[in-house]
Amino acid sequence: MDTSLLSQIVFYFFAAVTLASAAVVVFSRSLIYSAFGLLFTFFGVAALYVFLGADFLAATQLVIYVGGILILLLFGVMLTHKLYDLNLKTETFQVAPSVLLMLAVFGVLVLAMMQTAWYNAGPRQPEPTTAAIGTLLMKDFILPFEVASVLLLIALIGAAMIVRRRAE
Amino acid sequence: MESIRDLLELIPYTTALPVWVQAILPPAVSAVILFLFVAVLAMFAIWLERKVAAHMQDRLGPMYVGGWHGWAQSIADTIKLLLKEDIVPAAADKALFKAAPAIVFIPSFAAFVVLPFGISSIVADLNIGVLYLFAVASLTVVGILMAGWASNNKYSLFGGMRSAAQIVSYEIPAALSVMPVIIIVGSLSMQQIVRAQTGGIQNWFVFRNPFTFLAFFLYFICSLAEVNRTPFDIPEAESELVAGYHTEYSGMRFAFFFLAEYSNMFLVAGIATTLFLGGWSQVLPAQWVPKQLIPGPILFFLKALSLVFVQIWLRWTLPRLRVDQLMYLCWKVMLPLALVLVLGAGLLAVW
Repeated sequence: MDTSLLSQIVFYFFAAVTLASAAVVVFSRSLIYSAFGLLFTFFGVAALYVFLGADFLAATQLVIYVGGILILLLFGVMLTHKLYDLNLKTETFQVAPSVLLMLAVFGVLVLAMMQTAWYNAGPRQPEPTTAAIGTLLMKDFILPFEVASVLLLIALIGAAMIVRRRAE
Repeated sequence: MESIRDLLELIPYTTALPVWVQAILPPAVSAVILFLFVAVLAMFAIWLERKVAAHMQDRLGPMYVGGWHGWAQSIADTIKLLLKEDIVPAAADKALFKAAPAIVFIPSFAAFVVLPFGISSIVADLNIGVLYLFAVASLTVVGILMAGWASNNKYSLFGGMRSAAQIVSYEIPAALSVMPVIIIVGSLSMQQIVRAQTGGIQNWFVFRNPFTFLAFFLYFICSLAEVNRTPFDIPEAESELVAGYHTEYSGMRFAFFFLAEYSNMFLVAGIATTLFLGGWSQVLPAQWVPKQLIPGPILFFLKALSLVFVQIWLRWTLPRLRVDQLMYLCWKVMLPLALVLVLGAGLLAVW
């Protein structure tokens, strides 16, 4: 047993955590379990980023998805009490179209998986990526960066406007 | 962790062990040492809090257990908590109720990994140290919400929601108030931040320029809110919510919440020490004392513990803020001020 095998074990552990928790998110009957399952999915994906040497991306993944989006989701579920007692069930069943669609999506995914040249970063210390990302964002991609920030600002103002109108 | 790896090599026959044991051993030993450290620290902080509180209220506080000023009181309390029956309310969501204390404690424990106690006393000096701290801190909130919801108790749910809203809001000015320092250093690594401040008190980032000076106080106030300390302790407001999100907890699970709370206090004090008070670097200017006389870890402790003392002192001095005052302070005072500080520090750096 050498260290590369060890890192493989760790990799498969995190992959299993990600997949199992994602299964909980999808199959769980209660919304609150789905929301808490997302925590482990996000965490597992962040760990996989670390395996690819993208440490900045991993930390950002946690800050934004766990610290922001997941908390908002949980607030939403907890504040609407009818939601978490609800038994989720669809009333219409479309067996044939759904099976067809599922097979099609599955086929595309398998095809994409076969044709991708997978990149293996291997077990090593991640190089500092933060400064490089910063330079790229501020020099080569400054326009998309600014456009995204203006878009987010508009969304923020829009959200505040909607809330204010309700209050009156 | 490097120094632990070196220490382990001194023990005979470790090289004869299987490779995977050798690979696991240094991190495992580091984790155990860190856990013991955090546990002892939390016990000490609890004793300190009770003594300071008592003296500020003209009482003596714990005096009997252990002889000298009741120093063993926390140990006795810990043993009591560990031996108590672990009660899970009948109407609680069992799985989430049991998982929540761990999810609250693990992040605060994991954050200690990047705390630089000394030149070589750091478990892992990550390239993204500061960002890692904020990433890990965001996990705590989920645990608190989980505890609040799973208890199936109004007070717990309210406490959990208040706490989450407060932590999420104050995370923004806290992260922004760290920016002036990062602009000067140009790195997120905790060790590099400390190295940029070596050479005496005049090099500490608190006294570097007006923006970092204000940023220190801003960070300290935000960190109080993030660890739910007075004046921002509405999540646990005794007079309204019994005990907030851990109302229903008892025994060992309650102990974990307590441990997380007090280790978080030291953690934010340690982060403030690293970012603004020079971490393990010496106090006296290098022109007077060229060589560092007191070992780095001891200096780090003294600095961080004095900040912990200020936290305790504030708790027994200030009244609690109301929810609307809390949000007003965060969004209308702290956030604009933090943005001004980032802008000012940036302009100064370009100049």
